[in-house]
Amino acid sequence: MIAKTWTQNEPLYLDYQATTPTDPRVVEAMAPYWTKKFGNPHSRNHHYGWEAEDAVEVARAQVASILNATSKEIIFTSGATESNNLAIKGVAKFYGDQKNHIITCITEHKCVLETCRALQQEGFDVTYLHVKENGLIDLDVLKAAITDKTLIVSIMAVNNEIGVIQPLAEIGRICREHKVFFHTDAAQAVGKIPLDVEAMNIDLLSVSGHKVYGPMGIGALYVRKKPRVRLVPLIHGGGQERGMRSGTLPTPLVVGLGMACELASKEMAAEAERLHGLQRKLFEGLKERIPEIYLNGDLDSRIPGNLNISFAYVEGEGLMMGIKDLAVSSGSACTSASLEPSYVLRALGVDVELAHTSLRLGLGRFTTEQDIDYAIERISTEVNRLRELSPLWDMAQAGIDLKSIKWAEH
Amino acid sequence: MAYSKELIDHYENPRNVGAMNDGDGDVGTGLVGAPACGDVMKLQIKVSADGIIEDAKFKTFGCGSAIASSSLVTEWVKGKTLDQAIEIKNTDIAEELALPPVKIHCSILAEDAIKAAISDYKAKMEAKKEAAE
Repeated sequence: MIAKTWTQNEPLYLDYQATTPTDPRVVEAMAPYWTKKFGNPHSRNHHYGWEAEDAVEVARAQVASILNATSKEIIFTSGATESNNLAIKGVAKFYGDQKNHIITCITEHKCVLETCRALQQEGFDVTYLHVKENGLIDLDVLKAAITDKTLIVSIMAVNNEIGVIQPLAEIGRICREHKVFFHTDAAQAVGKIPLDVEAMNIDLLSVSGHKVYGPMGIGALYVRKKPRVRLVPLIHGGGQERGMRSGTLPTPLVVGLGMACELASKEMAAEAERLHGLQRKLFEGLKERIPEIYLNGDLDSRIPGNLNISFAYVEGEGLMMGIKDLAVSSGSACTSASLEPSYVLRALGVDVELAHTSLRLGLGRFTTEQDIDYAIERISTEVNRLRELSPLWDMAQAGIDLKSIKWAEH
Repeated sequence: MAYSKELIDHYENPRNVGAMNDGDGDVGTGLVGAPACGDVMKLQIKVSADGIIEDAKFKTFGCGSAIASSSLVTEWVKGKTLDQAIEIKNTDIAEELALPPVKIHCSILAEDAIKAAISDYKAKMEAKKEAAE
């Protein structure tokens, strides 16, 4: 085993889709706003308020810039979950008496799916589009699903489990042609791929702070001005954020999100290229050392910081216990309370057996070449050890079709 | 979630990993669980003429708790009579490994594996007896 000294014996972090560490430059930018520049950005009568307000407006411009939007179109929220709720419920409640049909996709994040379910309870019709084997939606299926009652299409930019990038520009064009609002949950996309709300005809877009090397507890929603998209707010109060989201803005967090977006804008191209190299190195290295592994989701239409791989015949949680010096996540049921394996992998048509054997490997800004070498070594050693322990591996080697056995499902 | 030392030891250094020839008359094989549920245990016992379990082997597809549970029961059944082995309860396994509540099903599966191996052995004995008669 290679000695792992460079992480001070902390587990190696390979779970960048769960969260990202706050960039030290972001922390530095935030620092003065906790203590010295602590004013309420909504205080209109003194220096402290003006100072905080100025900082908030700089941040708003930084967030707008990475999306090719204008500052006035950015609403700060507590995170992408709130942004997604506000976008979909807000539009549904404003326009619901005219149009009552929502289109989304079965591989969306739970906060979009559950928002849609809640609206169904209130009488909205929701179509949940299926995805192709590679995780992408079929544009013809989308087109066919749109009716004259369709109000909004909500399709995520990048999937959180499998990292696939949906064809945003094409979806945007279809929505615009049919005069349907297009919302995208871009929590996993901001700073990873170029986004342009104009070129992509996006009307609403959700941003998360902690997925882009910013702080937790802050997010944003882009709400198009021309043509104007109107929302009923979820949170009522002092009318901040143009009445769409009341509550005092957390200046340090807002500043952090702004700085995170600015850094991402500047560094995205170079970082994407570097991560692409690491991603391919990891995938090739694993394939070379472990037979019968399967990539879940499209390889090419994918952010460079993600791999989701099924290691057939080795259960995901069992594997994670063996590689406990790597912080990764699994699509195995055993890691969740539900006992159902990942609904995203199932939606791709991945066999439930294979879904149990999947790992999500997330690479990011602080992942190094050395980390990848270590990960390849550790994962391949453990997979091969656990396969020696696996009755399924034995059976497969003996040419027994596992599907031919009548298993007692429990 | 922190696992017990005992559990981690069985996971990292599993005892009695391997396979016996299922064709042998003195071997009983239990295969329980399902790949679709995320765990499959294969437990094999070799039984002496006087009904004592002389040896046990296992292979398991599953989480760490499933691997540890099956490793543990291979140790426990060795040296026991069939009647003693069938008395092993999932609660004993869960207690020994300090399984968290969400992992209790692993101990149940291990108990099922013992029972399945024993009944397979007994069925073989019956078949042999019938063939002899």
